[in-house]
Amino acid sequence: MVSYQYIPKKIGKIQFALISPEEVRKMSATKIITADTYDDDGFPIDMGLMDPRLGVIEPGLKCKTCGKKVDECPGHFGHIDLAMPVIHEGYTKLIKEMLSATCRTCGRVKLPEERVKQYMERINNIDTISLKPFQYLSLSGSIRHEAVKVTQCPHPDCGEMSKAITLDKPTTYREEGHKLTPKEIRERLERIPSEQLLLIGLNPAVARPEWMILTSLPVPPVTVRPSITLESGDRSEDDLTHKLVDVLRINQRLQENRDSGAPQLIVEDLWELLQYHITTYFDNQTSGIPPARHRSGRPLKTLAQRLKGKEGRFRSNLSGKRVNFSARTVISPDPYISINEVGVPMPIALELTVPMRVNEFNFEQAKGFVERGHNIHPGANYIIRPDGQRLRLTERNKETLLEKLQVGYIVERHIMDGDIVLFNRQPSLHRMSMMAHEVRVMDGKTFRLNLPDCPPYNADFDGDEMNLHCLQGEEARAEAKIIMRVQEHILSPRFGGPVIGAIHDHISGNFMLTHHNPLFPKEEAYHILSRTSFKGKLLEPDIVDENGKEYWGGKTIFSHILPPGLHMEYPSAVYTGDGDVEEEDSLVKIFPDDDGRSRLVTGPIDEMSIGAFKGKLLEKIVRDYGSDAGREFLDDATRIGITAITLMGFSTGIDEEDIPEEAKLRIRDTLVEAEAKVDDYVKKFNSGYLEPLPGRSLKETLEVEAMRTLGRARDMAGQIASKYLGLKNSAVIMARSGARGSMLNLSQMSGCIGQQAVRGERIQRGYQGRTLPHFKQMDLGAAAKGFVKSCYKSGLNPTEYFFHSMGGREGLVDTAVRTSRSGYMQRRLINALEDLKVLPDRTVRNTSGTIVQFKYGEDGVDPTRSARSDPIDYEDIIRTAMREVA
Amino acid sequence: MMPQFNVMENYLVPRHSIMSEEEVDELLKEYGIVKGKLPLILMADPCAKALAAQPGQVIKIERESPTAGASNYYRLVVEEKTGL
Ligand SMILES: [Mg+2]
Ligand SMILES: [Zn+2]
Ligand SMILES: [Zn+2]
Repeated sequence: MVSYQYIPKKIGKIQFALISPEEVRKMSATKIITADTYDDDGFPIDMGLMDPRLGVIEPGLKCKTCGKKVDECPGHFGHIDLAMPVIHEGYTKLIKEMLSATCRTCGRVKLPEERVKQYMERINNIDTISLKPFQYLSLSGSIRHEAVKVTQCPHPDCGEMSKAITLDKPTTYREEGHKLTPKEIRERLERIPSEQLLLIGLNPAVARPEWMILTSLPVPPVTVRPSITLESGDRSEDDLTHKLVDVLRINQRLQENRDSGAPQLIVEDLWELLQYHITTYFDNQTSGIPPARHRSGRPLKTLAQRLKGKEGRFRSNLSGKRVNFSARTVISPDPYISINEVGVPMPIALELTVPMRVNEFNFEQAKGFVERGHNIHPGANYIIRPDGQRLRLTERNKETLLEKLQVGYIVERHIMDGDIVLFNRQPSLHRMSMMAHEVRVMDGKTFRLNLPDCPPYNADFDGDEMNLHCLQGEEARAEAKIIMRVQEHILSPRFGGPVIGAIHDHISGNFMLTHHNPLFPKEEAYHILSRTSFKGKLLEPDIVDENGKEYWGGKTIFSHILPPGLHMEYPSAVYTGDGDVEEEDSLVKIFPDDDGRSRLVTGPIDEMSIGAFKGKLLEKIVRDYGSDAGREFLDDATRIGITAITLMGFSTGIDEEDIPEEAKLRIRDTLVEAEAKVDDYVKKFNSGYLEPLPGRSLKETLEVEAMRTLGRARDMAGQIASKYLGLKNSAVIMARSGARGSMLNLSQMSGCIGQQAVRGERIQRGYQGRTLPHFKQMDLGAAAKGFVKSCYKSGLNPTEYFFHSMGGREGLVDTAVRTSRSGYMQRRLINALEDLKVLPDRTVRNTSGTIVQFKYGEDGVDPTRSARSDPIDYEDIIRTAMREVA
Repeated sequence: MMPQFNVMENYLVPRHSIMSEEEVDELLKEYGIVKGKLPLILMADPCAKALAAQPGQVIKIERESPTAGASNYYRLVVEEKTGL
């Protein structure tokens, strides 16, 4: 391998310009004249498209131009001399403007002498360094536009009248209907004097307008379009080669026909065909012409297609690349690893490595890795000699390599427990989509992920896969550990609250443990706490019975994992504000006891305390006690939750949504009443007695009233049903504590599903004045317009089922549309903002140093370090101070 | 002649004013930049027009902010659109 690292040259600037036919010929290694590629013996034909002077692609051969071998020879251009000039597809607009801005006979820009002088002066005066290119661009554009509008050549020695030029997509120019050949166009462009080019947007030092009309075509080196040999032995050529073959064939025929004096019509046809082939050679998706196709019917991938779009060179090979030291597999949950960890399956741990520089202190350790080799776990896959030579460890050579190993070598050892890796799930929409984890090598074949990490990655376990990247440098690992570790991302920069937090059973478990403070005997209390990091003296038991048996309350058990000195008071998720707070046990109060140990005094621990997005307690601990304490607390709280829920037992079934017959009757009555009310509105509407609401038509009024009546009826039904669904009910525990589901879900299961809507309205669609043939025409009643009286438990009748599907389908379509739209929006935003950063002086600047904000977010406040948009949490300070005084 | 309408009098438009040379020098020194690194405002911008600002001058914009109380922004007056 050649090392490019000492090449002492740096690119200072890049200039883009037009290439002249002379230059094409000058840089050409050979002229290409024949459309054939290989002869019968399989050797490339001289002056064919695979001419050996264009570079080497077969190993062992030497380049006929530069004498180098494969990979050393960069490849060399050839060229095709075109029989007739052809328009370059990429410049059609500019050609049109240049033709229209200049005189058709004398070629000068159609502006009077003094105007030209003024403009030249302005161009020469553009001096502000950073603004120059843009200013010149807009100025030359406006000069062109001014000249296009002039109808008569203003030069006194000419005075030719202009004719309007139109462009027929993609490459046909007409002058008042008369077709202009590329040859004529080229002649006109040749007449534009070089001194005037600067006015209309060309730099005469590097470009001439007639070069936009091709007379010779560069042929890219074979290295750019290598042919591949299939297993069958057949050669398969690159799409570009195919296209060049077409160009050569037509070019040859055009030349023969022209030289033999064939009829003008035939020559013109061939000329146009040549234009087609060259146009599609540049861009096979040019609008206005059919794309050139392969024999199989597949459109050819020509030059523009190689670069453009998501699969193009820029987006898929330059902005994004495939990388080594990475792994991807399905994820599955493991609630007993830390949020900072990731479970890595053994087969992946045997493949991913970390370079380890051997020194006198780790020499023995390094020997151990090499000794175990590549398929015993903490082993090694490669050793790298000081001269840079990589040696793969195999079963056979590991003894010899072990002897060679010495200080200064690098051992690529397997990743082990505690190594820092990056973990990522697409789509990577925010910075928490890629976080640093500590490795835990495990059995199995999946990555293991603790559940609080699911919300930031938006991951679930229905087959999701994630990527893992193994950091290769000490500096990278240190940096990742300090700024990318999961625990550093518990608080979100979006809203300042936790994005990483307890979910689902963690919340149900903690709720059951703490709500109404159930008692646990010593063994159970110990069992729950044994899963946490708690060490030290147990808090006093809540109760000691007459036999001397000790019982700990759930709140006391939970208090063990709280850091000392917490003062907090906030409503829990079950807090309604209208019941008896004492009896409901719904207000959370946490205060230090006399020893300074924090105690959960009242209230349950639920979503509002430890949940992702809402957990106030978690947020406070991370903010006031730091991310280490936050991680420890979250790990402990989730484990307490899991242990408690396993110990106490928790299950739910469809019978939880059972409600007594009497409740069902009441719901039925409510719904029937509402339906009657809607019928009443319909009757009023039909007889013209309906009073329109301000600003609405009669029809709208009816719809609004119907929606409101039925909506209220649905809520009523829900309320009736939920009276029978108390906190003994598992489904209700989940809904009220914020673990999963909502009371609406439950009331739809046991009460009434309610109005189905499409585009925010009752179902309107259908034929001949009705939604379904089950109803009378013009029926505006509840059932005919998509009100579902049934509940999920009892089941829907056929018409209800149909309406429900309509509403459901809209939901699906909306999500699909939303994701694609927001994805594109995200891309545009990132492209615009990716180079912005906050500097130490709190200004926001881009890479060129231009200031975007003088103070980050106007106030210079980091949301993760502020209290809900305030830099300081006054309330909290006052509360703490008051408690301490009291 | 159409009735003259001054955008600066609208309550939604923050206060714009042209900075003196000394103020500009101080501003550039504070941020350690040259004029070209300031955000831009077009000469044709209604506010710049109302102030009769000339290219090369700097306009100070005093905005009210729900989080910071007040915040200042500075823009360099330019003649033509220069962005991509
Ligand atoms: Mg999924
Ligand atoms: Zn070569
Ligand atoms: Zn003329």
